[in-house]
Amino acid sequence: MRRTLFLLTLVLTFGLFLAACGSSDSGGDSESSGSDSKSEEEGSGEGGNSDFTVAMVTDTGGVDDKSFNQSAWEGLQEFGKENNLEENKGYDYAQSESDADYTTNLNRLVREDYNLIFGIGFLLQPDVEKVASQFPETNFSLVDAVAEGDNIASITFKEHQGSFLAGVAAANKTESDHLGFVGGVDSELINKFESGFRAGAKTVNPDIKIDVQYAESFNSADQGKLIASNMYSQGADVIYHAAGGTGNGVFSEAKDRVRGGDEKVWVIGVDRDQHEEGAIDDTNVTLTSMVKRVDIAVQDVSTQAMEGEFPGGEVVEYGLEDEGVSLARTNEEAMTEEIISTVEEWKQKIIDGEVEVPMTRDETEEYVSSLK
Amino acid sequence: MDFLDALAIMVSSALVFAAPLIFTAIGGVFSERSGIINIGLEGLMVMGAFVGIVFNLTFSDMFGSMTPWISMLAAMVLSAIFALVHAVASITFRADQVVSGVAINFLALGVGLFLTREFYDRGQTDIISNPFYTWDVPFLSDIPVLGRMFFENYPSTYLAIAVALLGWFVLFKTSFGLRLRAVGEHPMAADTNGIKVYRMRYIAVMISGAMGGLGGAAYALTVAQAFSQATIVGQGFMSLAAVIFGKWHPLGALGAAIFFGFAQAISINGASWPLFANIPQVFLLILPYALTILALAGFIGRAEAPKSLGTPYIKGSR
Repeated sequence: MRRTLFLLTLVLTFGLFLAACGSSDSGGDSESSGSDSKSEEEGSGEGGNSDFTVAMVTDTGGVDDKSFNQSAWEGLQEFGKENNLEENKGYDYAQSESDADYTTNLNRLVREDYNLIFGIGFLLQPDVEKVASQFPETNFSLVDAVAEGDNIASITFKEHQGSFLAGVAAANKTESDHLGFVGGVDSELINKFESGFRAGAKTVNPDIKIDVQYAESFNSADQGKLIASNMYSQGADVIYHAAGGTGNGVFSEAKDRVRGGDEKVWVIGVDRDQHEEGAIDDTNVTLTSMVKRVDIAVQDVSTQAMEGEFPGGEVVEYGLEDEGVSLARTNEEAMTEEIISTVEEWKQKIIDGEVEVPMTRDETEEYVSSLK
Repeated sequence: MDFLDALAIMVSSALVFAAPLIFTAIGGVFSERSGIINIGLEGLMVMGAFVGIVFNLTFSDMFGSMTPWISMLAAMVLSAIFALVHAVASITFRADQVVSGVAINFLALGVGLFLTREFYDRGQTDIISNPFYTWDVPFLSDIPVLGRMFFENYPSTYLAIAVALLGWFVLFKTSFGLRLRAVGEHPMAADTNGIKVYRMRYIAVMISGAMGGLGGAAYALTVAQAFSQATIVGQGFMSLAAVIFGKWHPLGALGAAIFFGFAQAISINGASWPLFANIPQVFLLILPYALTILALAGFIGRAEAPKSLGTPYIKGSR
């Protein structure tokens, strides 16, 4: 009796699991079939003008993560619209529910004969490399990391440049000459954010104080909140976070302090415009956000591939000059004319190559000591 | 920054971190005292966080500044109902309590994410517009140092401590509590004395559901302010550790949860103290977990679980 029930529970659990997976898929389907009819309408005039097809595999964040997966998908949709491709045939995405899905999804898209397949996020790096070596005829592209292979184009962003501008903006905004940086995981990628930010802030004011702390997690809002509380209490009034979900805690702490009315603190968002996260009553604690335009990059590489100029084996870097990274200006009240013009000035200097923005801590030390 | 300032920040952030754990651990104490292992605390927190956020997003216009409180209430009720799944499986059908609890964990996350997708068409919800904000207790918060330490915190934190005290009172000072404990120690003896074992256990598991829901909602409405797959990761298991660390006693669990909060606060804030300046940050981040293991291993002595914890009661068997 007991064993039967045990088995029953087990089966039910699995059933529910599968049901949950299945339904989320069908949710995606219904969503895509909705836009399907739309793209057909649009495309019906001319018909598809090429047989080029492109698809992407998300990481576990999913295609609607309000972050770079979503941005990449928007880029593909835009590309599809421009070239009259049909959704699900001309362009498509495969959602990964866990790390184990990456290879499966990549393989499935290869079998469906897509010409170009994007892997979104550095998590997919080993899988993209493996699958790409098995299918040399198909082109692959990896976003946010560098993969080895003649048929892989790696897309990276010059986060340090965008972060430099964030540092410039923060140093102009601060009244206490004290800033904070909250990192997700202490790694090469996040160090680029830190280095750029520190360099930017020190450029404006060499004596500015910058606290740097890593949460060693992208998912713990509570740690983010503790770190932010600590930094704000010690006098920092602008915190730049490059910490994903951990950053939510930074926002909640900042909002809590601003609400009392006696403090004026700011947060700088990351990856996309985080204006919405900072909204509280009539004001907003989001000073600006360092936006990574994955959509532009995805669109650009797709276009190159369609025109037969696929940058296989190369690393394509998107920076300030091609709008691959930029600072959001949604918070017009906080980003005054003065700050914007200073930011623009430095942006031009970086594009012109007058300033070489450091990417690592060692380079930052060198850069900072050269300022004095 | 002088020492007192640092201490004040630490104590208050330790309490913020501890509050959700306190709620959930009290729930765990009730369930386990009645003889039902509840590994599903994590899932119950997920459910609470989900309901709290969805309710808050949906009704924030209707209830205005009362929204977070009513969201807590909704999370409490729905999580209690959700805990019925565990109760039915492990009490009526005598399924393995650990397996059923694990099922609760998976189920809650699955249901939460699935419904988030159904309701909002994406993997995570928006940020809520009516969260809990810190509240300065009138008069008490004006006390130097102590005021900043203890009386400038979230309302939910005070509620958590009140709930822990109430839990102690109910469990050890009322006849209901005595019966509940009797059912967990020796259900047959309790049955012989006319205590309805099944009913007591059902009530206990539902209380743990309600408390877990409050815990999840308290976390979601103060710190996370949105619901996604990463909102509750591990807090439920920390609460479970707090139950055992606190020797299945409500006040022990309260102390254990605050201890965890403290360890967390040291690991974050310690980096800025001169004393710790030369220690790599990684070691500080390990600290909460290392302290937990040390505490469980040596400092608290033998922890005695309720006698019939984990064994289903079969009427008439000996």
